[in-house]
Amino acid sequence: MASILILFAHPAFEHSRTQRALVAAASNLPGVTLHDLYEAYPTFHVDRRAEQALLRRHDIILFQHPLYWFSAPALLKQWQDVVLEHGWAYGEGGLQLRGKVALHAVSTSAAEFEPEQGSGPTCNVRQFLSPWETTAQLCGMRFLAPFVVHGFRVDTHPEQLREAAANYRALLEALLDGRVDLDKAAARPALNFDLGDFIRPPAGAA
Amino acid sequence: MSDSVLLYAIIYLAAAAICVPLAKRLGLGTVLGYLGAGIVIGPQLLNVAGPSDKVLHFAEFGVVMMLFLIGLEIKPTILRSLRRDIIGLGGLQVVVTAAAIATVAIALGVEWHLSVALGLVGAMSSTAIVLASLDERNLLAGRGGQSSFAILLAQDLSVVPILGLFPLLATVQAVEGFRFVPEVSQTLTLWQQYQPIFKLLLTLAMAGALFTAGHYLLRPLLGLLARSRSREVFTLVALLLVLSVAGLMELLGLPPALGTFMAGVMLAESEYRHELEAELQPFKGLLLGLFFIAIGASLQLGVVTANPLRFLLLLAAILSLKLLVVLALARLFRLPKRAGFIAAFSLAQVGEFGLVLVTYGRQTGVFTDGIANEVATLIVLSMFVTPLLFIALERLALPRMAERNATRPHDAIRSHNAEVVIAGYGRFGQVIGRLVRVAGFEVTVLDLDPEMVDMLRKLGQTVYFGDASRHELLEAAGCGKARLFVLAIDNPDTSLEVAALVRRHYPGLPIIARARNRQHFSALRRLGVERVVRETLASALEAGELSLQQLGMRAHTAHRLATTWRAHDQANLENMLGYHDQPQDAWIDEARRAIENMEQAMVEEAAGMGALHDRGWATDAAPHRTSPAGTRQVVAIRPPGHDR
Repeated sequence: MASILILFAHPAFEHSRTQRALVAAASNLPGVTLHDLYEAYPTFHVDRRAEQALLRRHDIILFQHPLYWFSAPALLKQWQDVVLEHGWAYGEGGLQLRGKVALHAVSTSAAEFEPEQGSGPTCNVRQFLSPWETTAQLCGMRFLAPFVVHGFRVDTHPEQLREAAANYRALLEALLDGRVDLDKAAARPALNFDLGDFIRPPAGAA
Repeated sequence: MSDSVLLYAIIYLAAAAICVPLAKRLGLGTVLGYLGAGIVIGPQLLNVAGPSDKVLHFAEFGVVMMLFLIGLEIKPTILRSLRRDIIGLGGLQVVVTAAAIATVAIALGVEWHLSVALGLVGAMSSTAIVLASLDERNLLAGRGGQSSFAILLAQDLSVVPILGLFPLLATVQAVEGFRFVPEVSQTLTLWQQYQPIFKLLLTLAMAGALFTAGHYLLRPLLGLLARSRSREVFTLVALLLVLSVAGLMELLGLPPALGTFMAGVMLAESEYRHELEAELQPFKGLLLGLFFIAIGASLQLGVVTANPLRFLLLLAAILSLKLLVVLALARLFRLPKRAGFIAAFSLAQVGEFGLVLVTYGRQTGVFTDGIANEVATLIVLSMFVTPLLFIALERLALPRMAERNATRPHDAIRSHNAEVVIAGYGRFGQVIGRLVRVAGFEVTVLDLDPEMVDMLRKLGQTVYFGDASRHELLEAAGCGKARLFVLAIDNPDTSLEVAALVRRHYPGLPIIARARNRQHFSALRRLGVERVVRETLASALEAGELSLQQLGMRAHTAHRLATTWRAHDQANLENMLGYHDQPQDAWIDEARRAIENMEQAMVEEAAGMGALHDRGWATDAAPHRTSPAGTRQVVAIRPPGHDR
């Protein structure tokens, strides 16, 4: 059974309904460690050794955050700069993350993704995450497509948030059980729809 | 009689109400205030004190109660930690002073019983006056203050055996004192029937019996009462306890104060110590106040005016004798010179315990009325002189000592090219110094506390004893070449003095200064110090941040709020600098405006990452209190003044 480290970064969590639903969906799953970065480092003083120890203990690293200005909130960038040391994560002798899996679970706001402005609902998010994808590759990690929740839909369609949360939990459970086809999951634009296409049903299920 | 009781109560209380605050204002302390009140209403001046003897007898109960409370303070653990100073230094002070005074008295032809008694009385100093005076001058925490404290504690403790000893010194017919129980018959009073030596044995036996009985009976009883949660009953029983112990002792013909002291000791380790103390403290305070007023009122000051020269000589003799004894003992115990002088000057007077002993001696037939009056007058005079002794200490003795001390280390400052000079190396300066040193900068440190300097040197730090308010010392410390001057002196007056000096002589040297409060901050800024840090601001803000977290706020949000608060507070403070010489109205208007601006800013910040989380996001307007497992409870921040 695999283990998942969720690196959760949200500077205004108390205002976010979407992220709250996702955090609730990720809670109480054996094998999942939820690490609330803005709570742990209110002053941005990231503890390098502690973070590296956490990374070492988990197989799957999941960055869960809102998409701010087509990227991650500032603390996650700080985390990246401090923790992913040369000689540890990459470069000579930097083998600590090799073979692990990386992916993002992001929520978006309406402003960036209004359909009438011509951008498709999900296809662009993966492009925005390309610096993270390159980083993961540099560290020898397997980078999967992001799990995306669009905030503007949640506002008008609360049932869609429930559905997104259920899908998120299903994805996490499948990752824990090793039922995710990593090749297919890496090739898709996103993981938040048609879950049956890359997830095998649990053993014993019809 | 009942009318006059009311009248005298009014006279005594009124005199105290006027004289005690006045004495405190003049820096004389409350004990002298009470004594002064007594002198004013006494026969010498207004002569409205009435039967002050009777009042005195009644007020002696205050002394009995005081001994109970002193007993309560005697925790074996404290005694152990201070035992060298209390038993060694303090015990010797009592014994040597008493012996010296007695020797002088005998040499002057006084009968030896009386001489010993006079010596024991004279060995006492005034705990109340000395502790308050030392504290006022910030000397109590230092080595000198602590030694004084230990000696005073030893004196307080030695009152107990002295009380037991006094009957053995009796040479005259005892006068009747206050009695807790009426004398039933001569045969019941064992006091008259035993030889003095048996009395002493009986006293010791009683003390032991009280101690054991109290331990097994009283503590369970007090526990029962405490559980009943009735405050009045607890007070009542505390009083009952002290009274009955005193009464029992008296029935046996033993000193009541001794009994209550033992009762106090046996309850010192009990869990009800603080309650007992709190309940009895007001009674003790009132009765002791009354006791001192009555003493003041009963003084026959005629003895002074009849022969002023004799009294002046006696006063000078007793003060210098006590002073010299403590100085000699300080040297024997290898106290720093400064500490020895502080202890010697502050303990030179004879104190309130001396008055207690005189009163008790009169009752046990040690002193005749005439001698008791002369001694009490001398004691009161010596107490009134104490403030003058402190002035002599501060103006004459200590400055000279600092001179002599300063020549020792500060000429030894090596002329290395320190980049940073730190003035003041207490809790504040030390953190700065260690941090800057760890970062690899050369630091020269100046501090005026010789003990601190010695201690830090033993820990391997480069610290120099020296007065930063002297130009030549700043020069020796390398201010001419330094890149930074850190002003970490806690005393605002000294700090401003040094700041002005550095600004004048080294205009280009940047200063980072510690400020005690807003006034100190403004004064430093007006002197041209660019960077001023208020000493408790950062820690208070940190505690505020933790409080917000504890209340459920997200840690980062709390941090942003605290940081915002700090920035606005700082800006307001800077802004107010321009108003310090404006009329008060303008100042208040500006301060009010600043507070409103700040609240507005905080409301905006409290809305969270408002700019980021605009309408495009699915956000909550209303606070919620449910939180997912594994994360902190989340609540929306409520801006002040909004509806719930």
